[in-house]
Amino acid sequence: MNRTHPWINFAAILLFMMLYLPLLCVVIFSFNASRLGTQWGGFTLHWYTDLFHNELILRAAMNTLILAVSSTLIATVVGTALAIGLQMAPWGKKARRVFEPLLNLPVVTPDIIFAVALVIAFGAVRALTGLFELGMPTMIVGHVTFQIAFVALAVRSRLRLIGTEVQEAACDLYASPSYLLRTVILPLLLPGILAGAMLAFTLSLDDFIISFFTAGPKSITLPIYIFASVHRGVTPEIHALSTLVMIFTIFVVLLLRRSEKQNSQKPEEKL
Amino acid sequence: MADNNDIIYNGELVSPKVLRKRASVFLLPGLLWIGFFLALPCFGLIAVSFAERSEYGAVDWIFTFENMKRLVGFDLFGWSADNFWILARSVMVAAVSTGLCIALSYPLAFFLASRPARNKGIWMALLLVPFWTNLVIRTYAWLIVLAPQFPPAHFAARFGWIQPGAPLYPSMIAVYIGMVSTFLPFVALPLYTAVDKLDWSLVEASRDLRAGFFRTFRHAIWPQTKAAVAVGITLTLVPAMGMFVVPDMLGGAKYMLIGNLIQQQFGTSRDWPFGAALSLALMTITLASLLLFNRNSEKGGVQ
Repeated sequence: MNRTHPWINFAAILLFMMLYLPLLCVVIFSFNASRLGTQWGGFTLHWYTDLFHNELILRAAMNTLILAVSSTLIATVVGTALAIGLQMAPWGKKARRVFEPLLNLPVVTPDIIFAVALVIAFGAVRALTGLFELGMPTMIVGHVTFQIAFVALAVRSRLRLIGTEVQEAACDLYASPSYLLRTVILPLLLPGILAGAMLAFTLSLDDFIISFFTAGPKSITLPIYIFASVHRGVTPEIHALSTLVMIFTIFVVLLLRRSEKQNSQKPEEKL
Repeated sequence: MADNNDIIYNGELVSPKVLRKRASVFLLPGLLWIGFFLALPCFGLIAVSFAERSEYGAVDWIFTFENMKRLVGFDLFGWSADNFWILARSVMVAAVSTGLCIALSYPLAFFLASRPARNKGIWMALLLVPFWTNLVIRTYAWLIVLAPQFPPAHFAARFGWIQPGAPLYPSMIAVYIGMVSTFLPFVALPLYTAVDKLDWSLVEASRDLRAGFFRTFRHAIWPQTKAAVAVGITLTLVPAMGMFVVPDMLGGAKYMLIGNLIQQQFGTSRDWPFGAALSLALMTITLASLLLFNRNSEKGGVQ
């Protein structure tokens, strides 16, 4: 079935080119032997091998991974518990009026406002106690804060999908609350938890603004490194680094799509 | 909601009160985390915007309206329109970028919806990859495309818009290009889900009645897709308003937006109270425009 006008297809292809042309340029120029901006000086892999000898870049890559993994772990546990707790008890209207806005707050707050508010709060606590020096711990706190809501929303959609019948059946068979949680709810929720964790991980890798504001001098991530380097001038080395980051992103996004597909499948279909 | 004294059966006989107590154990860490690290800091932001900046860039807790005065343009040398222009420019750039994204999303959404089922996944993935590619990389990548050696700059130079041999950045056009390519997927994805479910019989009926392109769009397509456009606007307008990466890299100091001004207060200028006041202004403008927009689109039924 193709009902679209050729002009629409033409415009769409142009738009796809607009989205991909810059990225393609980055990839092409990462193989450029000439150091000078956009002059082509022949093919080389030199910049890629250089990357792995650059102490600063290696540390930034390490920081990015540490940040993404640890914040995702915390946010997955806290967010999953939040979603389960929301549906476990018959919460009244009044309680929901408090929960729902709190849950949606991280999704709707503009990144820059959230980042600024965090910096000020960390500053206030630091002035009082000396804790919360800007660095990896503050970045993890920042990332977890926006990830929790996304994990909770993913797990909640799974909770709604599996319904309450299985849980009620388990209760009728005298499953204790903790037994119910361990052997019924958590296994059924697993695809939702995985999808939430993947989303949280991708969001953390993709984030620049919150990391940029809450980072300390020693906790620079790859996006921060690229941002700072571009201000000093674009080099083929940055192109090579960005190319690798993009390849990693594509890989992660494919995993994310797969986990989301599994999450939207009904549990019966898998048995 | 069951009464507190009712006993309900949930594997065992418990009162809702006990159930709620048990659920709180799961609920509280998350709610407290968001409360402590997001809700409270937001109140802190409001408080600091009425505080004074100390000599060394720290916050002095002395109540003052100085930051608000500076916000609307009063400083040591009297009134200047600089801040006003930055605010106005931010609103305009966000609004125009959102409008462009909506207009460009329609061909994209129709194109995606008309792909045969077996290719659809690939095209969707093609739209998702730039969406998930890091903002910094996506933005600086335009510095290559807009460089003097490449066709866009040649083209602009031929028409006398820029000096021959000059790059197309920093400029307002570069900012718009960066903004649109950043936010296009935010509108295109929700719009695609609406177009995919489009009732084509209405479009055919409109064509049978010899309606032209615009009338078909106005009466057959727009009513079915406006809810998705509303979602796209919300997703775009909020981050576009506070954007500082794109204007920083592609716009330079001449085309500063409020996001850049805020970032400056927390970077080189180190004036947190004024930065907080600016953030508050940004938040107010964003909320006001969303409210205004929601009220207007209420009749259309935003999802």
